[in-house]
Amino acid sequence: MRAAVVVFPGSNCDRDVIHALRTTVSADTETLWYESSDLPKNIDLIVLPGGFSYGDYLRCGAMAARTPVMKAVRRFAEKGGLVLGICNGFQVLTESRLLPGAILANQSLTFICRSCTVRVERTDTPFTLGCRENQVLEMPIAHHEGLYFLPDEEISRLKKEKRVVFRYCGPDGELDDSHNPNGSLDNIAGIVNERGNVMGLMPHPERASEKILGSDDGTLIWNSLRIWLEKGGR
Amino acid sequence: MRRGEKVMTYTAEVLVYLKEGVLDTQGKAVKQSLQRLGFQDLEDVRVGKYIQLRINAENEEAAKARAKEMCVELLVNELIEEFDIKVVDRPCGPQS
Repeated sequence: MRAAVVVFPGSNCDRDVIHALRTTVSADTETLWYESSDLPKNIDLIVLPGGFSYGDYLRCGAMAARTPVMKAVRRFAEKGGLVLGICNGFQVLTESRLLPGAILANQSLTFICRSCTVRVERTDTPFTLGCRENQVLEMPIAHHEGLYFLPDEEISRLKKEKRVVFRYCGPDGELDDSHNPNGSLDNIAGIVNERGNVMGLMPHPERASEKILGSDDGTLIWNSLRIWLEKGGR
Repeated sequence: MRRGEKVMTYTAEVLVYLKEGVLDTQGKAVKQSLQRLGFQDLEDVRVGKYIQLRINAENEEAAKARAKEMCVELLVNELIEEFDIKVVDRPCGPQS
């Protein structure tokens, strides 16, 4: 697997993602500067990492979404390339309209940094095909803006099209308000685009990629990508 | 653009509001605080943004049109926000 991890001014999870990709699936991984409008050749995956791009000014991800590299990311996605946005990377994907919706301030108005559990809602995406249906994954969240929002009519379309990949849940997969850390509509923690090659999620798989960190459930995502590519997914 | 018009610097004041139906957590928290301070007559609070742009243009309409382009391209997320633009031919704020 060949992967590129984008670095915006203020990204801070890029090295963790590179470490996880190298150690879990031996991915050939390089960084990609936000000013570059060309992508490295023959890459399979682009990761938009977590952090505080442009200091979260104006709206989280708004300025990062309008950088030269994102034009290249859009072309890559349109050709079917795999794009994964984590936390701030998810915000960049919604701001650039590669994914629907907007991500608003947590209902609690506090920064939430803790472990949480999410339920896998789809196992037919390149990002989750190594998971079991309804499997519960433990991964940390760390955000102030994590409330997934879409207007009513659009959220029912999103659900009908089965575009929700992860939902915040209890330890046994139960979906209710008490296990919704940030007030996201319908407990949504991660979604994909129509074609299934672009995914955004708020939890950090790279921070749950080895046992010593408390959970290695994040490796399921890296492994899914590996399997998908080995099967000639694109 | 009429010929012979001189370019001057206009000030565009942009107000950005959250759309009706979009959860405004800040507004809710501010409302609760104000009510706790005794403002029981307070019905609702919405928190938005104020952005001031200084734009070189031939006339007010041209300045407003440019400000609108900036709103659409970056300043406003039209899925969740709405905006108003007011243009004046002088600086605004404490210095005026």
